[in-house]
Amino acid sequence: MQAAVETRDLTRRFGALTAVDALTLRIETGEVFGLLGPNGSGKTTTIRMLCGLLEPSAGSALVTGLDVTVAPEQVKQRIGYMAQKVGVYEDLTVAENLDFYAGIYGLRRGATRARLADVVAFLALGDRLGQLAGQLSGGWRQRLALACALIHQPALLFLDEPTAGVDPAARRRFWRTIHDLARAGTTVLVTTHYMDEAEQCTRLAMMSQGHLIALGTPAEVAAQVGGRGGTLEDAFVILQERDER
Amino acid sequence: MMPRFWPMFRKEFIQMRRDRLTFAMLIGIPVIQLLVFGYAIQTDVRNLPTVVLDQSRTPESRDLIAAFENTGNFRVVTHVDGRPALDAAIARGDAQAGIVVPYDYPRDLARGTTATVQVIVDAADPLSSQAALSAAAGVAQVRNLAILSRAAGRSIPLEARVRPRYNPGLRSPNYIVPGLVGVILTMTMVLITAMAIVRERERGTLEQLIVTPITKTELMLGKITPYVGVGLLQMTAVLILGRFVFDVPLTGNILLLYGVSLIFIIASLALGLFVSTLVRTQQQAMQASFGFMLPNILLSGFMFPRQAMPEIAQWLGLLVPLTYFLKVVRGILLKGVGLEALWREVLILAGFAVVLIAASVRRFRKTLD
Repeated sequence: MQAAVETRDLTRRFGALTAVDALTLRIETGEVFGLLGPNGSGKTTTIRMLCGLLEPSAGSALVTGLDVTVAPEQVKQRIGYMAQKVGVYEDLTVAENLDFYAGIYGLRRGATRARLADVVAFLALGDRLGQLAGQLSGGWRQRLALACALIHQPALLFLDEPTAGVDPAARRRFWRTIHDLARAGTTVLVTTHYMDEAEQCTRLAMMSQGHLIALGTPAEVAAQVGGRGGTLEDAFVILQERDER
Repeated sequence: MMPRFWPMFRKEFIQMRRDRLTFAMLIGIPVIQLLVFGYAIQTDVRNLPTVVLDQSRTPESRDLIAAFENTGNFRVVTHVDGRPALDAAIARGDAQAGIVVPYDYPRDLARGTTATVQVIVDAADPLSSQAALSAAAGVAQVRNLAILSRAAGRSIPLEARVRPRYNPGLRSPNYIVPGLVGVILTMTMVLITAMAIVRERERGTLEQLIVTPITKTELMLGKITPYVGVGLLQMTAVLILGRFVFDVPLTGNILLLYGVSLIFIIASLALGLFVSTLVRTQQQAMQASFGFMLPNILLSGFMFPRQAMPEIAQWLGLLVPLTYFLKVVRGILLKGVGLEALWREVLILAGFAVVLIAASVRRFRKTLD
C-alpha cells in the first residue's frame, strides 16, 4: 500500500540553525499520526515542508506519492492544512469563508452546494453560517478552519497544534471528529503538546532538536523508557532530557 | 481560464466593503485632498498685503499707487509716515510688500528726469516676491511707454501680445485639480494593495491561502481588481467636485480620459503589489507607500514645473508613472487633445503596468521563505 507520507533525510536549515535534521519517516494511509516535541523541535517546519510552504534544504518528501518539491501544486489539491494560527478571514462570515475556500479549491458550482452541506453538517456549523468568523469563540473558529481545510475532501490532513487555546470540551469534540475522518479513510498528521491527545494517535513520532527520538504506537513509545508502567509523559520528558544532554 | 480568480475577487470585494476604515479612507482622502490642495495651492500670487509710504501726497502719486493696486497683485493694507514704520510692518509680516513714493516724484515726472519709486518685497517666499517683482516692473513699463509715446507724439513701436491658451484666466485650480486625480490615485491605489497583501500575511491567512492550488496570477489579479472600480470612483468624485467647486473645465474626451486612467490605475495597483513583496508588516507598507509618494509629487510636475528642475531631477521624474499621467490628464482636460498627441505617454503607462505586474508575480513566492 502506498504511504501517505514518506520522507528521506528531510532537512531544513535557517541560516546556521538546522530546524529539521535528516528526518526519515513513513506514515501509512489511514493513520492518525501524532508528532510530539517541545517548541522549536521542528514539528511545524516539518509540516510546512510537507505542505510545500517551505522548501527542504536537503532530502526528499513524497506526499500521497508525489514529490513535494517537484509537484507542489498537485500535492496542494490533495492535502488539507490547518496552521497553528488559524487562517480564517475574521471579517467574513462562516458561510463566506466556506464559499471562498470551495471556490479556491476549484469545486464546481453544483458540487459545491452538496459538499458545503456535508461539511456544515459534519462540523455542526449550521447555526453559525451568518456569523462573522471574528466573533466566534476559539473552539468554533477552529471548527470553521477545519471545515475550510476539508472542503475539497483531501486524502491527507495536516493539523498543527489544532487544539491550542481551546477549552477541554471543545478539544474532546474535536478529537471525535478526527477519528470520524480517519474512519472515513483520511490520513491525519497532527502535532500536539497534550499527552491525552497523543494517546489517541495510532502511532507517534517524538522530535527533539530537529530529529526523531522515538517512534511507534503510544504503548511502544511509553515502554521504551522505564519498561512497564511508564506513562507517555514520562517517556517524553526522559527522552527529551537524554537528547539534550 | 483562471477559475480561482472570481472567488478571490468576490472575497476581496466583500472585505473592502466591510472594512469601514478602508472605505472611509477611499472616499475621504480624495475629497479632503481636493479641498485642501484646490484651495491652498495658488501659484498665481494675488492680493499681496502692501504698505505704502507716500511722501509726496500728490494726485500723481495716488495715481501711481492705484496703478499698482489695479494689477491685482498688491492690496494696500496700510499707509505709514516714515521708513522705519514701513520696515517694521514688513518685518512683522503685516505686509509683504512696500511702496515708497519719494517727495520729488511729481517734480521729476514734470521735468522729464527719471523719477524713482521704490518697491520693497519680502523675498523670504520666492513665489510671492517673484509675482510682486514682475508686477512692479510691469507697472513701470506701462507707465514709461505711455509717457514716452505721448512725448514723441506717436504710438508705441512694438507690443508683444501674449495670449494664454487653454487656461486664459491663469487659474491655479485648472492646473492643480486634474493633476490631483493622478496624485490621489497614486497614493490610495499603492497603499491599499500593499496593505491588502501584507495584512493577509500578518493575520496568517496568506499561509492558509498558499497551501491551496491557487496560482500566483489568480491570487494577485483577484486581489487588485476590486480596487480598479474604487480608483474610477475616486476619479469621478474629484472630477465632479473640481468641475462644480473649482470651475475646472472638462474640455476633452472624457471616455478617453477614463480609458487612460484605467491603465494608470492598474499600473499603480501593480506598484502596490510590488511594494507588498518587499515589506513584511503593514507599518512598513505604509512607510514605503508614503516614501514613494514624495518623489511622485515633487518630480512629476504636479506642483513644480519640470522645466525648472535641474537635469537630474528631470531624468528621475521620467521614472515615475505620475509624470506621464499628468501630461495625459492635463492634455485631455485643459487642451482637449486626443490620442494623436498623447499616444507616447499612454504606451509608457501601459509598459509600467505590464512590467510591474510581471515583476510582482515573479517576486511573489508561494512559500513562507
